[in-house]
Amino acid sequence: MTNLKPVDVAIIGGGWTGLLMAKELTARTSQSVAVFERGMPRQTSDYAATMDELDYHIRLRMMQNIADETITHRHSLKGSAVPVRQYGSFLPGTGIGGAGEHWGGASFRFLPDEFTLRTHLVQKHGAAKLPEDLAVQDWGVTYDELEPVYWKSEQLMGISGKAGNLRGKKIDGGNIFEGPRREEYPTPPLKRSYASSMFEEAVRKLGYHPYPTPAANLSEAYKNPDGISRAGCAYCGHCQRYGCMIGAKAQPTNTLMPVLAKRKNFQLRTGSWVRRIVHKDGRAIGIQFTDVSGEEFFQPAATVVLASFTLNNTRLLALSKIGMQYDPVTRKGTLGRNLTHQVGQSTRVFFDKPLNAFMGAGELGARISDFDGDIGLTGAEDGLLRVGMIALSSNGDGPITSFGITPRGASKSNWGPEWKKAALQWKDHTAGIGMSGEHLAYRQNYMDLDPTYTDKFGDPLLRFTLDWTDHEFKQREFGARIQAKIAREMGVKFEEAPPSRAPYNVINYQSTHIQGGAMMGSSPDNSVVNRYLQHWNVPNLFVVGASAFPQNAAQNPTLTAMALTLFASEAMLDRYFKHPEQLI
Amino acid sequence: MRRREFLTIPAASVGGTLLYTLAGEPFRLKAQTGSNGGTLKVPLRFFTAKEARVVAAACERIFPSDDTGPGATEAGVVIFIDRQLGGPYGLDKYRYKQAPWVQSVAEHGYQGKENPQEIYRQGIQSLGDFDSLPVDEQVKKLQALEHTRFFQLLRTHTIEGMFCDPMHGGNAGMIGWQLVGYPGPQMSYRDEIDKHFGQAWRPKPVSLEQITGRPGKPWEDEKG
Repeated sequence: MTNLKPVDVAIIGGGWTGLLMAKELTARTSQSVAVFERGMPRQTSDYAATMDELDYHIRLRMMQNIADETITHRHSLKGSAVPVRQYGSFLPGTGIGGAGEHWGGASFRFLPDEFTLRTHLVQKHGAAKLPEDLAVQDWGVTYDELEPVYWKSEQLMGISGKAGNLRGKKIDGGNIFEGPRREEYPTPPLKRSYASSMFEEAVRKLGYHPYPTPAANLSEAYKNPDGISRAGCAYCGHCQRYGCMIGAKAQPTNTLMPVLAKRKNFQLRTGSWVRRIVHKDGRAIGIQFTDVSGEEFFQPAATVVLASFTLNNTRLLALSKIGMQYDPVTRKGTLGRNLTHQVGQSTRVFFDKPLNAFMGAGELGARISDFDGDIGLTGAEDGLLRVGMIALSSNGDGPITSFGITPRGASKSNWGPEWKKAALQWKDHTAGIGMSGEHLAYRQNYMDLDPTYTDKFGDPLLRFTLDWTDHEFKQREFGARIQAKIAREMGVKFEEAPPSRAPYNVINYQSTHIQGGAMMGSSPDNSVVNRYLQHWNVPNLFVVGASAFPQNAAQNPTLTAMALTLFASEAMLDRYFKHPEQLI
Repeated sequence: MRRREFLTIPAASVGGTLLYTLAGEPFRLKAQTGSNGGTLKVPLRFFTAKEARVVAAACERIFPSDDTGPGATEAGVVIFIDRQLGGPYGLDKYRYKQAPWVQSVAEHGYQGKENPQEIYRQGIQSLGDFDSLPVDEQVKKLQALEHTRFFQLLRTHTIEGMFCDPMHGGNAGMIGWQLVGYPGPQMSYRDEIDKHFGQAWRPKPVSLEQITGRPGKPWEDEKG
């Protein structure tokens, strides 16, 4: 093991949160900050050559190499888990920028009531009416506290969109159900596609309130407060699972790295796989990592920021023996609690006319929040607490993945001449009306270390114990009914069928929105980190990212993860570095 | 070192100088007459020549060339599959391969130990002299295999080989893209995205190599 020269702050993970933290800390202090990223460097100029559906969308060339490390999964405490051998219901990224390079760019704020969800549900329904296994908690921060850092995150990325609630004033065309915003979005909404404009027209006729998806895909050229200029989106259709070749989609490589590259107190080590946070007497003393040649290093640090993906944040804490592992039977311990994913439901619709759906952007679409949270619920829905957003998006259909989608019964077989004819007939005539729903937290859904399977170094893999409950099935059924109503209004062909009640599966892509494990909260009894994302037991360790979310909202997590990172960085800069002890 | 194997096919049977079609309406592509009426010898990376003929025949049943347009033969799908199997994908280089291998519920996906190379080798054996059978017997034979992992891979790879970027060996002459009216990777639709509503807009396809001006680096060519 080689000992390196000490640094003031060691940051684990070179994605959105890790690099954002580095940018904030190096801007306002002379602290030496080093970021450790297991993957390799990359830049905008690499990305034109990656507009290849097979290698990037299907074979997932930008993702973590699952041969080196995966997770295991089981549906309940009863069985043993098996490894996820190929992706997958979610797609963890690697390399500089992490999943922030190949994300779609959806950049919502969470509804204000999300941050006090336990309190909200108890007030509304009474504690006795809530499911016994519901583990939903308040976050320890409020929407009003996060509003300024949400705005800062939106400016950083230049989010395109339209405000629906400006300082309490409701504005048609924006999301009128969102929390109050002090400012309009930095850039106007993206252009509309044919399919999304038909959705928009139909939901408006039904009395709902459509708005354009707020997106990190710029609608026009934009210069952010750091002086970083980026071009407007070209709608090339190579967005989710690809890096943006013109930098129109905000990615850490085009938004944060150009700023960081000029900072003298910043250093970046790629190819550095952090395997332990080393601690002694209740304080972190540094990190241990292995480089690509297999050599091991110890990096002493006065402060450690753990900013990898949700999965690895929890796993690294467990491997480093920091905090107490949660046990779903005794309900003791906090590490690994409140694992959540996302509740999806899609209704496939078929159009008479071609859509030219090869055009699109990662988050070009129209959506409604009339059923987000519990906005559209009357109280008569049996046991249904929260639903989600409903949308139609034009992300850019690839020719391979979009081939062969036909109405049920269009062909008896899924190969051969009859199938080919039907597939050609319906090619470019189909889209999905999707739902992105909240996933509530339950006592039995959690993460710990797997007793059997290991990564390439022999360290235990992270194990998921996770399954859907009745509530998620009710969410899907409710969403499917609204989708059918919209499809009828659109005048499109579709099949009305009750959504599947199948168990959680690790095969079909659902979203890369994995939350929890190192959740934030009001006390060490119910959480791993405090509201500043500072570890309750180890004051010089901060754990940032969606691992801190006590439960998921319907919205994509990135913007909220960034807002929380800024909130934490402000507390570090204003108070922690002057007196590096517990902030609470 | 394996003996060098080649797939020998009529030069005229794969795309290259194919007609470009608007709006993807069905049409029959006439086989091109090769200038020398000769044959192409395609070096194989994984299949033997016999295996390649069997797989090519099976792909043609899955995605036939018929009056709705060209199929797997014209697109060179078998060449695509050969390259995929000969590369990291064929060896499961990017799949978690640690034991114990246990069978599990369907929600856990494929948990088998066999990699795509092994699945194909076994599957091809079960097809026997497939390439010399009459069409109706070929169809019956594939129907009997429909639920095997081999067939599922073969079907998936056939679609991939029809519509992938030509640098991967399939979609020869962008014939698959012409068939469905896909324009390939284009740099910008900024001035088009909000136009052509309800009407097929089908720009002439370009390949990744054409758009970037340099040869692509397909994953299957990865060394090591």
